[in-house]
Amino acid sequence: MPAASTSPTSGASGVPGASFFTTPDPADPPVRRLYRSSEGRMVGGVARGLAGHLSLPVAWVRVVFVVLATIQGLGILLYAIFWFVVPLGVGGVNLTPAEAKEPRDARSWLAGRRPDKGQIVALIAVACGFAILIDSLNLGRANTYVWPLLIIGLGVALVWRQADNSRRARWAEMSRRSRLLPLARGAAGVILVGIGVTGFLVVQGSASHIGVILQAALAVLVGVALITGPYLVRMTQDLSAERRERIRAQERAEVAAHVHDSVLHTLTLIQRHADDPREVAKLARAQERELRAWLYRPEGDGRDDVPSTLAEAVRLAAAEVEDAHGVPVEVVCVGDCPLDERLGAQIQAAREAMVNAAKYGGDEPVQVYAEVEEHKVFVSVRDRGPGFDLDSVPDDRMGVRESIIGRMKRNGGEARLRPAPGGGTEVELEMERSTT
Amino acid sequence: MTEERRVRVVLVDDHRMFRTGVQAEIGETERTGVDVVGEAADVDQAVTVVTATRPDVVLLDVHLPGGGGVEVLKRCAPLMSDATQPVRFLALSVSDAAEDVIGVIRGGARGYVTKTITGPDLVNSIFRVADGDAVFSPRLAGFVLDAFASTDAPPVDEDLDRLTQREREVLRLIARGYAYKEVAKQLYISVKTVESHVSAVLRKLQLSNRHELTRWATARRLV
Repeated sequence: MPAASTSPTSGASGVPGASFFTTPDPADPPVRRLYRSSEGRMVGGVARGLAGHLSLPVAWVRVVFVVLATIQGLGILLYAIFWFVVPLGVGGVNLTPAEAKEPRDARSWLAGRRPDKGQIVALIAVACGFAILIDSLNLGRANTYVWPLLIIGLGVALVWRQADNSRRARWAEMSRRSRLLPLARGAAGVILVGIGVTGFLVVQGSASHIGVILQAALAVLVGVALITGPYLVRMTQDLSAERRERIRAQERAEVAAHVHDSVLHTLTLIQRHADDPREVAKLARAQERELRAWLYRPEGDGRDDVPSTLAEAVRLAAAEVEDAHGVPVEVVCVGDCPLDERLGAQIQAAREAMVNAAKYGGDEPVQVYAEVEEHKVFVSVRDRGPGFDLDSVPDDRMGVRESIIGRMKRNGGEARLRPAPGGGTEVELEMERSTT
Repeated sequence: MTEERRVRVVLVDDHRMFRTGVQAEIGETERTGVDVVGEAADVDQAVTVVTATRPDVVLLDVHLPGGGGVEVLKRCAPLMSDATQPVRFLALSVSDAAEDVIGVIRGGARGYVTKTITGPDLVNSIFRVADGDAVFSPRLAGFVLDAFASTDAPPVDEDLDRLTQREREVLRLIARGYAYKEVAKQLYISVKTVESHVSAVLRKLQLSNRHELTRWATARRLV
């Protein structure tokens, strides 16, 4: 049934918050896999992921990386390899209790994506720091290569991070918020790499050959594109076709399940009750209503939910009466408003009126009309039965007096019963709206 | 339908079973005064048949292959405004979705009834439409009230964008399930006056350019 199926995206996005705050039970450790952390990361989430994996404070891991970085840049290389190889994880990060309690992280999680900007700044700051450090080390001739290399590194980091972000965005469905920023970031990364490479060439003194080199590079790129292009295009096409097919199949399965559960079932029941027109009409009517609700249901509106608005409540009450008494109840609602206690009482009274109309109003449909006005809510229930005189109803008959008129009065509303023009009875219920 | 009137009707619906059913219910000309002169199952057929037979009333299904009832209305627009013998459309559908209902009415249909309507009521509605009156089901009246009720935007054209108090009263009673006759009785006016009020509402619904009306119709998915 559709109500039971949850979309994979919503399920995934629901997980990280939970796993972040609840520390895993030490008695039952899940299978531990190394992931890069997508939350509270500084650059690529490698250190945090490793820290989680090794159950170490994240600061230690970071210090180790920095120390290693001073040894011929080994730390940076390692970091880059980890970043490239280890997948970004959402739920797989095991955090130590101390980690989970760290208030800064909790805050940054609550603040959503705001820390991202700070992280970019941190990235640039780290790069600048390195530049100054290496510059002051005065490595002689090698010094000239440092700047281009740094710029390339920065560009690569930007692009990789962008890839991470877009993946994370898919999990969290955040990509819709801004499409320009990721693009700009990716472009900035590419430009940085380009500048770095050009700088490299210039520094090497091969600037005079730059035209030739660029030509050669372009030729190689075009060649590669020509060879692999068709494969890539076909692959993406196949992929999207397959995805479309899968979605379609899923949808078909859902429709089939629904048709099987409800429509086929009802048709079987109708065949069995073929000699009882009343029962058949009742079944068909209930099925029609259900199918309609399913077809036109606003997205995410559960069928069995407790009604939260007046119109929903009126429809639900009408459906119940229809099912219980086998008389069609036609509902027209104008406007809508949230349900409160007094309106709930009004619905109860209306329901009672519908029951009466269904019981004594013959087989003609019962007409229910609910209108939400500025200051009041008006509900009328009308049948086309023989009609009855309130004064002739003995006092001991509780139905009308108590459950309709009494209930409305107690809640500050008003109920009127009168014969409708053209036959039948009409019950009018009026209730002031609370001014909130 | 005691009078010696004949109304020529074309049935447009893509379900043959439904056409047969309607034909059986209203098609006995001697009894009902309705003469079914043609049938069509899609938009192209409908336009051809309607143009060829020039019926008084077309019973038009809202959902049709080839563009839906609205497309038929669009292509038959010249026939509708014909001065001597206009063709009138009565929309008939299982759908209660607001955008369907408002869509065909704005397309030019003179009324909207659901397929659950009984035979005699349908015949009644056909005659009413043939007379140039509007046929409002309770649900359509509800939709119209709803569409005109939201008053947060100032009306562009005071005359077209607002319902008068009286029109509102009439619509409200129709939404409550009153027949025209009963509405007249309740408001101490004649049936003719009720009909003219309803026609006025229909005109407003078709002509009003009220931004909200269209937005409402597309944004809202009511059952």
